[in-house]
Amino acid sequence: MTTMKRAYTALGSENVFLIGALIAVVIGFSSATPLFMTPANFGSMAFQLPELGLLTLAMMVPILSGGLNLAIIFQANISGLALAAVLIHFGGVDAGYDAFALGVAAALAVGGISGAVMGLVVAYMGAHPILVSLAMMIFLRGLGEFLTKGGDISGFPPFMETIGHGYLWGIPIPLLIFLGAAVVWHIMLRYTKHGFSVYMIGSNIQASEYSGLNTRRTLTMIYTISGMVCAIAGILMAARFNSVRVGHGEALLLVTVLACFLGGLDPFGGFGRVVPVVLALCMLQALSSGLNLIGANQHLSTAVWGLFLIGVMAFRWAASRLHLTNRRRS
Amino acid sequence: MHPKDEKYALRMKNVSKRFGGVQALDKVAMEVKAGEVHCLAGENGCGKSTLIKIVTGVYEPDDGTEIEVFGERISSNSPTKARAKGIAVIWQDLALFPHMSVAENIGIDELVGGRPRVAQFKSIKTRAQGVMDRLGVSLDLDAPLSSLPIAQRQVVAIARSLMSDARLVFMDEPTASLTQSETDALLAIVRNLSADGVAVVFVSHRLAEVLDIAERVTVVRDGKLVGVYPTEGMSQSRLGELMTGHMLESEVRARDKTGSDIMLRVTGLSRQDQFENVSFDIKRGEIVGITGLIGSGRTELAHALIGMTRTDQGTIELDREVVRPRNIREAIAKGIAYVSEDRLTLGLVQPQPIADNTVTSVLDKILGSVGLISSQKKNDLVDGWIERFSVKIGETSDAVSTLSGGNQQRVVLAKWLATNPKLLILDSPTVGVDVGARAGIFHIVRELADEGLAILLITDEITEAFYNADRIFHMADGRLQAEYDPHQTSVQQLEERVYA
Repeated sequence: MTTMKRAYTALGSENVFLIGALIAVVIGFSSATPLFMTPANFGSMAFQLPELGLLTLAMMVPILSGGLNLAIIFQANISGLALAAVLIHFGGVDAGYDAFALGVAAALAVGGISGAVMGLVVAYMGAHPILVSLAMMIFLRGLGEFLTKGGDISGFPPFMETIGHGYLWGIPIPLLIFLGAAVVWHIMLRYTKHGFSVYMIGSNIQASEYSGLNTRRTLTMIYTISGMVCAIAGILMAARFNSVRVGHGEALLLVTVLACFLGGLDPFGGFGRVVPVVLALCMLQALSSGLNLIGANQHLSTAVWGLFLIGVMAFRWAASRLHLTNRRRS
Repeated sequence: MHPKDEKYALRMKNVSKRFGGVQALDKVAMEVKAGEVHCLAGENGCGKSTLIKIVTGVYEPDDGTEIEVFGERISSNSPTKARAKGIAVIWQDLALFPHMSVAENIGIDELVGGRPRVAQFKSIKTRAQGVMDRLGVSLDLDAPLSSLPIAQRQVVAIARSLMSDARLVFMDEPTASLTQSETDALLAIVRNLSADGVAVVFVSHRLAEVLDIAERVTVVRDGKLVGVYPTEGMSQSRLGELMTGHMLESEVRARDKTGSDIMLRVTGLSRQDQFENVSFDIKRGEIVGITGLIGSGRTELAHALIGMTRTDQGTIELDREVVRPRNIREAIAKGIAYVSEDRLTLGLVQPQPIADNTVTSVLDKILGSVGLISSQKKNDLVDGWIERFSVKIGETSDAVSTLSGGNQQRVVLAKWLATNPKLLILDSPTVGVDVGARAGIFHIVRELADEGLAILLITDEITEAFYNADRIFHMADGRLQAEYDPHQTSVQQLEERVYA
């Protein structure tokens, strides 16, 4: 085996492909504009990526289990709202760290409970996750708009600004939070009983139950954890915009699904890893920032994302064909 | 319909096919006479499917291969060309459309096509009826396929092949999921086809029906032709020997376990509309067989024992302790293991790796010090069982679906033995497992019994219960009808009782 081949096997074909695509995107934009390869650009990408990233992690595990969570954006919003309510209650701009801690707990609780309700319905009533999460999404949106009367909630203490825009060890704090979550997700999926059950359930829930896996508890956990990571995204969004508004980030919902599929998740569940999804996210961010820098219309970048996914599907199809013929010939 | 001089529907010589380093077929020859029922016999992986795929144009054979269909030399082949020449295959999964009607399924080849045109539903229905008449069956042509039991879907698949004027029909394990009476009905249809001048190549693991239906049998082993034999005068054990290359044991091995401790005692167990007042016991190290038809309540009884369903009355005692599992996890914890009759959808998570399937029921045993799954412990456990049960695999990371039926069943056994059970329930453990591999599975089962495991063997293959169980119960209409000692009875006697 050559060194190249060994590296290929170690990294996995999915990752090699995504890294290649990422490098191509970076080289392309660097040659198109001198503004791309600058600390300022990378800095702004590092602040934009984490929200989408956390929401994608929230979307990922339900998809792995053969489901979907359409409520993620509004779970994030309503959790942010819970934090805002606690902060405002304890003096708004003057609220202290203890109030913040309480607010975070409230946000996590709201995200977790809204997820748990979905999980319980999916697990015990056997309802389809798309229907359940759609219902939850509409409920949360309505509830949020009712509570905020459709407006912004603002007036947070100054340290919220630091969470949304600050650095720790020279790394943007939101990026650190996202990377931390991604590592936790990687470990959860590969090395815990819960993660093991997610993959098995995603491939065949009945056989999983017959093998003695607790499929109902696992499903409930999947949506509860998904809701909690939405809450973290909601807290970050509140910190970045210094306000909470129901409907913030609504456009991100389908982008998270896009990132999951770009990262090689099987749309029918059972297969997919965290690392390729993170690489896919980086690529989407690089594409969007690059297009922005060369002065393209913002709507164009959405169009390019879609095209990109179609291209990737075609490429994967071609690669698998090639792989097959190679195997047949060798 | 076809000229008389076409004595042979199919003549093949020197059929070879190499996949990478594997010689799947090595100069195999086969001849099928027009209107003959011919059996292609061999174990899984012997090259049967490859052979069928070559005739039907799915695979291209290696150089030197000679194929003649109805007297016509075939130089280049493809599925479309093969169909045009009157060759049809009915695969095991049938490849039908559950949401379409019976008539639409039968006429599907005329409904689909490159050019858009108005579908002639009426003429299709008339012709489908004609085909049904030819087969001597009657089905509701408007019923959705999904409302039909598997046996009738099989008939639909056969009818579909006749719609396109097939004169050489390959049937891949058509009886694998049928009951005895359904199998008999199917065999009658195959005879009709043959009388009608259609040559049928029948692929089956079930030796009895091979000998019953076919005039001649071509035996293939390890990609090589063993020979062509008339079925007249051939015995099951002789055919099994030809297929596997070694003698098959066929002696009653029942042992008297009356003196051993009771491991499982079931008393008066009932569940409405499923089974009633079921009482029996299994001693330590004993294999108790329950045989009966589908619907006799045998699988329902197993489901109650593992807590998948509740019982209305009665008690289950395991190792002198009353157990009442509410779900399969509790049953596992108490020491009950269940090998499901449906390996494809319930027994294994087919697309997932062999290793993961092996450890699903014992995740707690592979956790490391911090509560995370330890790859080391997982690999050790998996490797140990793979070795112990001699499972033939490539990598433990391969999908379990890549394994043959026999090896899949070994993985299932490994998965359950890893839970360290006291009672092992085997529900039709050899469905889709070929003859040689069956012997291997039962060799393992016997070893496990000798180690003290109590085993409940549920099967509708009477010979299987007869040769492997220590005692046999006949179950029908939800009740245990009678108990038999294999030494005091015969297969014929049992069959008469069960199929009466």
